[in-house]
This record gives sequence, structure tokens and C-alpha cells, in this order.
Amino acid sequence: MKILFRNVAEMVELCESENISISELMIRQEMNVKDMSFEEVYGQMEKNLDVMEKAIEDGLKGVQSHSGLTGGDAVLIQKYMQNHEPLSGDILMDAVSKAVATNEVNAAMGTICATPTAGSAGCVPGTLFAVKNKLNPTREQMVRYLFTSGAFGFVVANNASISGAAGGCQAEVGSAAGMAAGAIVEMAGGTPAQSAEAMAITLKNMLGLVCDPVAGLVEVPCVKRNAMGASNAVVAADMALAGVTSRIPCDEVIDAMFKIGQSMPTALKETAQGGLAATPTGRELEAKVYGINLKKE
Amino acid sequence: MKYKSVFDIIGPIMIGPSSSHTAGAARIGRVTRSLFGREPKWVKIHLYGSFAKTYKGHGTDVALMGGILDYDTYDPRISNSLEVAKEKGIKVQFHEEDAHTDHPNTARVRIGDDDSDIELVGISIGGGKAEITELNGFELRLSGEHPAILVMHNDRFGAIATVTQALAKHELNIGHMEVSRKEVGKEALMVIEVDQNVSDDVLKELEAFDNILQVAKVVE
Repeated sequence: MKILFRNVAEMVELCESENISISELMIRQEMNVKDMSFEEVYGQMEKNLDVMEKAIEDGLKGVQSHSGLTGGDAVLIQKYMQNHEPLSGDILMDAVSKAVATNEVNAAMGTICATPTAGSAGCVPGTLFAVKNKLNPTREQMVRYLFTSGAFGFVVANNASISGAAGGCQAEVGSAAGMAAGAIVEMAGGTPAQSAEAMAITLKNMLGLVCDPVAGLVEVPCVKRNAMGASNAVVAADMALAGVTSRIPCDEVIDAMFKIGQSMPTALKETAQGGLAATPTGRELEAKVYGINLKKE
Repeated sequence: MKYKSVFDIIGPIMIGPSSSHTAGAARIGRVTRSLFGREPKWVKIHLYGSFAKTYKGHGTDVALMGGILDYDTYDPRISNSLEVAKEKGIKVQFHEEDAHTDHPNTARVRIGDDDSDIELVGISIGGGKAEITELNGFELRLSGEHPAILVMHNDRFGAIATVTQALAKHELNIGHMEVSRKEVGKEALMVIEVDQNVSDDVLKELEAFDNILQVAKVVE
């Protein structure tokens, strides 16, 4: 069992010295670690892609969560796009609608693929199926998009955190957005180094994001945060492809994210005791969802 | 390295909304079911901490019941599991507990029928991973970092050796192992942490040995 890379710097260095893409490196590492063939590793990821595609389809048809707090926004955005020229552009709004679709399906207890978690499941597929319309990737390139995302997520999970309870929403939607940005760059023909810049730029702009779910549910504000994570990723990918670099290297950004998470109060780490969850309306919604007035310390 | 596989990051495929409140809960239910070995006639679940506060909104109740019906984390039937249980005539009770537990996501699950019953305590540790901390009064200590199997057996000589020999034959390396029993010669429990995931075929092989009562996988 052999781990080939432990941080983003090693990942980029290996890609450059071997002259391979990040997705290829991730596939090779997985084959090493699991002692599996290329076909087995690829096939398992392709199943994840199928689940993501289906979740987006379901969400765009319209779903509602049991609590009634979320659902239907993906449909609204798609209708808006059919009748208007979105100010932020087609790709951005398409990514937003598909990220929202995924998280609305998640909130409605539909089937999703955690990327890296259930609460942050919208960023990676949302961006993938939006840029797909522009870049016309092959099926293999779409599967590889998930490996590239996974490579960045792998580094974050091992050197920082991907859990809202441990590191705030920056660790969930922040990580997911960064993962998506790195993958967009590879699909658009950028270099591994540019992918790393996109990841760094994205995560820098998600730093400090708290995890404050209303009523403790993965709905408000999680669904819309995935939308913003997805748009952040698309913009950062464009910046990196333009040649913009992050003054703070990617691994140092990941480390900063980890340390910010550690110094965050527990009220802002998935406990529903602070932030939006503790607003008067947040508390009202909570009481409505559970049919009682929950008193929290 | 806490995470070794890309599929820990992209995956698991699961029913929403929460990897710890839904997928982890389903796994606790399913371990209970596989240890019991058949469909129960009654189910009593006590929920603690965050599970007790938010189980309805997160579908923790349907996920636990789905697991007890032997559904996997991604099985769409999970969302209807309570109705399925009702149709099958399984009596299901949930109790919200105020007591403080070590882990915020804790469930005490008792299931049984006219012949026997089983009780375990499970915690959901995040990202869909679950651990069992207690089984029929036996306290378990599992790191959660490695795949683990539980083997209920009769306290007889040779029972442990047959299991470890079988694992050796399949080239499965044991990282940590504990054996405990309530009384000499009665029911006993082996907790075995291994380096690789144990396939269902190996579990079936273990279960077929003399004096082995039940075998279940706890951590993937």
C-alpha cells in the first residue's frame, strides 16, 4: 500500500515530473492503495457520476424536504434562465441551479453521492454538469473530473478537515468548492499547477465560513452555500486559467483553514447554537419543525 | 493518514441529508440486524444527544429502521422503512433520552422476537462511519480507523483459533483483538480489527465454524 502524495505541492511535483494529470495520479494512487485494477477504480467512480447525474435530474424536476424549509429553488433558477439572460452568465447560473438541485435532493432524503460530505454534495456535480455544456467532455473526462476533485479533497481531509462539526462550513462547502475549482481547470485544459492555484484562490475566499444550520438540519443555509461555493469555484478556475496565482501557496491556505476551524467556537460548528440558527427567525423555524419550543443553552 | 481512499472523499452514495445522522445511523441499524441474523418482531431504540434532538428532521429514525430491515446506506427504500416495518407487523418504538453520552450521536438499539433479543449501542462518527461501543452488555473499544468484525461465540477452546486461522488463510492481518465473556463457558465476544476490508464470503465462512454464533462487520 503506497500513498504517492500527501500535500498539494507533492501532487503537482509528481504530475510535472511524470508528465501526467492530477486525475491520472489520483487513479494510480488508488490502484496502489486498494490493490485494484484501473477498470475497477474507474468503474466505481463512474457509478458515483451516475448518482450525481440522477440527483441533478431529480432536483431540477422539483423536490421538497420533510421539514418544508427547502426545495423548489433549483426549478425557479432554471425557469429564470429560460426567460432571462442571467446577469452572472449562463455557466454560473447553471452551476448554481445544479448545485442547489443536488442539495435539495439531499435535504429531501433522496440519493446523493457525498462530495466530500452530504451537506456539501452540490459544488462538485453542480460545476461539472454546468461546464459540461461548454467544454463537451468525454464520459472519461467527466469521471476524471471526480478523481481530480477527490485528489484535492484527499489532501484537505488528511491535513485539515472536511467536517463542519470539526472545522465549520469552510471545511465542508469550502473544501468542496476548492475541489471543484481544481477539477474545472484540468477539464478546461489547464496545468496541474493552475489547478492548485484555483483551489487556493477558492478556499481563500471561503475561509472563516461557519457551520450554523437552522434547526440542526442540512438545509438552511447549506443549500444556498453550495450554490455560492459552486460559483466561487467557476470564477477561481477562470482566474487561474488566466494565469492569476495565489500569493499564499495552496498547502498553506489549507493549513490556515484548519487552524481557523480549530479556533472557532463550538457554537459555530454544526451545533445549531450560533449564527443563523440562533437568529429569532432561525429559532422560530426550529420550533415549527419540531412542533415545540426547543430551549438551547 | 486518516483517509486513504479517494472514495472516502467522493462517496459514499447515500440517502440524504446527513452523512452522520442518516448514513451512519443506517449502518448502526444494519450491524444490529446482521448480528441478530434475521428480521426482528420488535424494535426499541433509545436516542441520545444530537440524535435525540434532531432525529426526525435528519431521518435518523427511518435510517436506523432501514438498517434493521437490512437496507444499505444508498437504498431508496430507507425513506419508507417505518411504513414497511408497520406493514410487516414489526413493533417499533423510539425514546428520546436526556442522559448525557460520551458521543453526541448515540443510539441504543434493542431488537428481538419470541426466541431471543440483542442490544447494542452505536455511535455515528462522521462521514457515514459508525462504531459499536457496546454489545449485549459487553463494552467494545474500536478505533474506527480500521475495518472491524465482531464474532459472538461460545466460550470453548479452539473457537478463537479457528477464526484467526481462517483470517490468516485469507491473508487478513489482525491489528487489534479483544476477547471478553460474561461467564466461563457461556457466550463470549471477539472484537477483531484488521487492515483490509473483510468480504462477506469470509464472514460466512467464519459463521459456519463450530461454536461461532454470529459474525458482523462493524467498520467498513
